[in-house]
Amino acid sequence: MADTHYVLEARGIMKIFGNHVALDNIDFGLKAGEVHALLGENGAGKSTLIKILTGAYQPDGGGIYVDGAQVSLDNPLHAQTFGIGTVYQEVNLLPNRSVAENLFLGHQPLRFGFVNFRKMEADARVILKNYDLNIDPSSELGSHSVAVQQIVAIARAVQLSGKVLILDEPTASLDRNEVERLFEVVLGLKARGLAIIFITHFLDQVFAISDRVTVLRNGKLIETRALDALSRTDVVRLMLGKDIAFSGATDVEPSEAPNEVLLEFKGYGRKRSVLPFDLTIHKGEVVGVAGLLGSGRTEVARIMFGADPADQGTVRVNGQPTAIRKATDAIKHGFGFCPEDRKAEGILGDLSVRENIVIALQGKLGWFKALNRDEQMEIAGRFGESMDIRAASLDMPVKLLSGGNQQKVILSRWLATDPAFLILDEPTRGIDVGAHAEIVRTINRLRDEGMAMLVISSELDEVVAYSSRIVVMRDREMVAELRGKNINPGVIVQAIANNPDEAVA
Amino acid sequence: MKRLHLERLANPQLLALAAVLLINWILFPNFFRITWQDGRLFGSAIDVLNRGAPVAILAIGMTGVIATKGVDLSVGAIMAVCGAVAATMVVAGYPTPIAVIAALGVGVVCGLWNGFLVAVLDIQPIIATLVLMVAGRGIAQLITEGYIVTFNDPTLIFIGTGSLLGFPMAAVIALVLMILVTLVVKRTAIGLFIQAIGVNRSAASLAGINSRMLLMLVYGLSGFCAAIAGILVAADIRGADANNSGLWLELDAILAVVIGGTSLLGGKFSIPLAVVGAIIIQAMNTGILVSGFRPEFNLIVKAGMIILILMLQSPLVGSAIGFFRRDDKRVVSK
Repeated sequence: MADTHYVLEARGIMKIFGNHVALDNIDFGLKAGEVHALLGENGAGKSTLIKILTGAYQPDGGGIYVDGAQVSLDNPLHAQTFGIGTVYQEVNLLPNRSVAENLFLGHQPLRFGFVNFRKMEADARVILKNYDLNIDPSSELGSHSVAVQQIVAIARAVQLSGKVLILDEPTASLDRNEVERLFEVVLGLKARGLAIIFITHFLDQVFAISDRVTVLRNGKLIETRALDALSRTDVVRLMLGKDIAFSGATDVEPSEAPNEVLLEFKGYGRKRSVLPFDLTIHKGEVVGVAGLLGSGRTEVARIMFGADPADQGTVRVNGQPTAIRKATDAIKHGFGFCPEDRKAEGILGDLSVRENIVIALQGKLGWFKALNRDEQMEIAGRFGESMDIRAASLDMPVKLLSGGNQQKVILSRWLATDPAFLILDEPTRGIDVGAHAEIVRTINRLRDEGMAMLVISSELDEVVAYSSRIVVMRDREMVAELRGKNINPGVIVQAIANNPDEAVA
Repeated sequence: MKRLHLERLANPQLLALAAVLLINWILFPNFFRITWQDGRLFGSAIDVLNRGAPVAILAIGMTGVIATKGVDLSVGAIMAVCGAVAATMVVAGYPTPIAVIAALGVGVVCGLWNGFLVAVLDIQPIIATLVLMVAGRGIAQLITEGYIVTFNDPTLIFIGTGSLLGFPMAAVIALVLMILVTLVVKRTAIGLFIQAIGVNRSAASLAGINSRMLLMLVYGLSGFCAAIAGILVAADIRGADANNSGLWLELDAILAVVIGGTSLLGGKFSIPLAVVGAIIIQAMNTGILVSGFRPEFNLIVKAGMIILILMLQSPLVGSAIGFFRRDDKRVVSK
């Protein structure tokens, strides 16, 4: 078989949103009988590319070729007629209808104009057998596990299209056994000659079943390579764009005799979210959390803060065992949390800058010890000044501020409560350079003042710059703890990629 | 500062109320004629206050609920239940204060039940309160055993039809309740927390606000207000009518709150303006009645008026007129 024969090919794809180039001259080829992993961090352009390959978006330049012939895909339904089917992370089926109905929805076998249920269920049984699924086709889809539903979704997509199958994070909500089950199905389809695009954040899974990998970064094609020639470190380096020879030793003195212990998490974890981890955090210490998206970084932050309570393990605050079941418990112990999704979980958009800053302090004071307007103004004004919040007025709705200023508002909200421990999830994502510098400066200042912090960030240079220690997350597990003078982005990349020998610097 | 206060009076709600009253006056020149008789005031304008009181009281509770991005459809039914409780208890010979307190307690329990469904079980408010909207009438009928329970208890009747300083009791109760609730909400942090939950419940919870407790409080207050309204209506007709007491009033209360400028999307709210909204609705009702139009017109005129008021509140129209935009231009003094 000629190497150049592609079932589905994209050449020179361009996609521009406004004045943002989402995809810049992307070439992508998919062969029959391969599993092709598509990798990249958030915003790299994976989903845009998939949407173009399935006809959901139209490219602004370049062409799509199916079996060598140029096609134009008007919409996902039209793409199906060319043999291209997609299965999304969330099962897009009808849980309250039968398995058979879901398989044949839209093209049920008819008899005298009515659905022929008997034939439909018989056909369904034949299809399910191909997938080793021994379930009753007349049973309700929703009564089965997510993994089974996912396989039914795959079966439907293959039935409808049959040439190219796109799996968009199909394993995100499955446990390990279920993932294996799904992989058997995928490998079976591969053996039948289907071309499969596999998108995931889990590197182990990429190496488990993929033949080739294409890496995107910032809308650009970085590389398409056969996977057997690559190590994990290579792949992570391609994704993050970090040169392994990068020299950026931390400027933080590794404190030989660290301050008093503030927090001790032991065997702390939550099912389907984070595997149990141990972590001790001292006063005046910044613990950086590194890891790819979906590695469990945010989940660690959420269970520490009680936003999603832990279901195993213990936590001690200042040596005292305690329970953190909800955010108010955490706040009582002096915790603060700046969430990753500022808009959905951080700001109170319609309320004023002033109200947004005082809300956590007021929450701590309770219903009846209300801060009056002058006190609110004083507090908001103080932090507005020290954090350099650029707002025309403290009474304007916070939603009108820029992202960076909103982040400063949320940071101020917690600083106003005089916290002992602050959790920052991607505090510098999507904000302008000036605000970015201000937030990094603040993290350094707070550390020097003795506050303990846990900072999650994808910016490795940045994590290295302000962290005293770095823990590395992979596949929902805390896999490494890096400390010492020699932490640099290269070491972190290796740790993310699972090279334990080299990781301990 | 003075100027600011004057401008604040020029809000769409008060302008609309002025317009409605003006039209009433044109159609029925005697609208504002108030007489003193038997130690109390009489007249159409007074009548507006008296008749508007139940919806105004419902609107006080409903404002809190709507500000949390919820809605309470059950208040009409709770009125019927509480009216029935009060009436059957006085008929059964219990002292009036006990009957009234029991009825208020039942209203609070009904409200807390709604709050439990919304806050703890996370059921959408429109469905959660629909349960009691339907079941409440049934409960009320069970209490009255299917009859209209009439009573002659003088204290209870005084609550419904008496007067204080010449003003009808119902209006006085509504005013006192409005002032009390507004003060509590403004003087404590509860108002801020209600807004925070309405704007973004998950962000508010992460900021350390006990949103469950607060939602229970808000729905409980709504039930309490409905109980007061239910007692007033029953006392007014000297009987508890399980089928018709408070029928459709939940919709009027929601309308009053919306006219009062509180968005159904939650957030900023004003209890006094919701009460003004209730008075606008009643002024229209009374106006149509006294000016001799057929009552059938009532619904259509009401709908037209609502469209007009809501248009005045629309940001698009507001910016076109440029008149109602008062808060954006103030510059903060440093």
